[in-house]
Amino acid sequence: MRALLWLLTAVTVFILFFIIFYVLKKGLPVVSLEFLTRNPAEMGKAGGIFSTIVGTMALTLLAILIATPLGVGSAIFLTEYTQESWVTRVIRFGSECLAGIPSIIFGLFGFILFVTKLGFGWSLLSGGLTLAFMILPTIIRTSEEAIRSVPYAYREVSFSLGSTRWQTVTRVVLPSALPGIATGVILSIGRSIGETAAVIFTSGSSLHIPTSLFSSSRTMSVHFYILAREGISMDNAYGTAAVLIIAILSINVLAYSLMNRFIRRYS
Amino acid sequence: MIEAAVRAKQFSHFFGPVRTLKDISLEIRRNEIFGIIGPAGSGKSTFLRALNRLNDLVPGSRTEGILEVHGKDIYARGTSVIELRRRLGMVFATPIPLPRSVFENVAFGARMAGVKGRGILNELVADSLRKTALWEEVMDRLDASALKLSGGQQQRLCLARILALKPEFIMLDEPTSGLDPISTMKIEETLRQLKSEFTIILVTNNTKQAARVADRTAFFLSGELVEVDRTEKVFSAPSDPRTNDYISGKFG
Repeated sequence: MRALLWLLTAVTVFILFFIIFYVLKKGLPVVSLEFLTRNPAEMGKAGGIFSTIVGTMALTLLAILIATPLGVGSAIFLTEYTQESWVTRVIRFGSECLAGIPSIIFGLFGFILFVTKLGFGWSLLSGGLTLAFMILPTIIRTSEEAIRSVPYAYREVSFSLGSTRWQTVTRVVLPSALPGIATGVILSIGRSIGETAAVIFTSGSSLHIPTSLFSSSRTMSVHFYILAREGISMDNAYGTAAVLIIAILSINVLAYSLMNRFIRRYS
Repeated sequence: MIEAAVRAKQFSHFFGPVRTLKDISLEIRRNEIFGIIGPAGSGKSTFLRALNRLNDLVPGSRTEGILEVHGKDIYARGTSVIELRRRLGMVFATPIPLPRSVFENVAFGARMAGVKGRGILNELVADSLRKTALWEEVMDRLDASALKLSGGQQQRLCLARILALKPEFIMLDEPTSGLDPISTMKIEETLRQLKSEFTIILVTNNTKQAARVADRTAFFLSGELVEVDRTEKVFSAPSDPRTNDYISGKFG
């Protein structure tokens, strides 16, 4: 039995490393300083991927800036300002459902609402809002867990020393929950960076460096998708994929080291 | 007649349908150490938490009757709970320093009350730490995490944190239950010294501690006040047989 389980684990690990290894092997030879710092030319057949790196970062940053206050605020409300009731259960259930919706549905929703109805067009704003909605459940859930793991006694002490609820939340609860909240935010960054379906419909696929919230822009994952699907350049597609994988891996490593520190501190 | 520091009149407390305090009537005098003894679940802590309205945090908490602090019903409409909690400082059973520095722990209450200015806070913190005989031990590591102090030091830090509020009362909820005898002795000694400035309410499950430090002692059992009297009287000639059974160790 033990041998079988070992085998299953080995297969899992093998697949994981095979994918990463394969993509890096095909992609890394293309990656150079030039590849990273020059804009795509000839629809991506030549040149680098600089504008898509900028697009990815701008879109991710925007999504995080929108989703973090919304998500952390909701988590604070759910944990500190209401009692557990059917209302909180409905809110939580709703946010869990949101987490299970395929990202292409978010893309379609974002396209209908932001791109056409509200007239933002294919833009950073439309894409950022769509991504923000997509990562919101993750941020709410991780923030809620982080806030709940702050010992109740800290709150009692804070109240007994004459703090208001808001002071207790901002001066005692949030500082203690910060590493956990940060972990959730970083995981969301990882998800946003690699997202394709939700942004291809909303932020478009312009190869220019975005100059305003209303500029259309292409992310690395969309760039990869288009290069591969249209058969423009498989080499450059793998190069983009390699950069993307390295970015996501480093963000996950950062998240796990943060999480470890968090766990050490409270156990 | 001297105005009582605390007066309870037919005071009851409920958590939902459960009545945790039953028609308590008692008086606590100014500048005395008032001991409350009783087995676990007797309502001692609930009574303390009724006094600073910390019970309010628990859903379904409700009171009946009157509970006065310096002549004012603290459950009357318009009572400032924030101000009440500053007047009745509370030390918990386990020392709970907040995860910040020694200095910031002591200054916490003052900061929340809006006190600013490094000079004022420095003086307040030093003063509070001196009163709990902790100053000498921590003066050179005020910026170190309070979690690094020993258990006994942490509990005295919690006491200093209360003193920095400039309260009228010090309420202690089994403050030495997790401490060694020497740390316990230091806390008791500190309480005796603080008596001249504060009214002290000491909840303890250690009857000997009440006998050592309390001027008067109340015995709670199952949410009821069985007896309240001078400590010597309670321990030498209790008027209720249940008190006798408890202090002689027949139950509890």
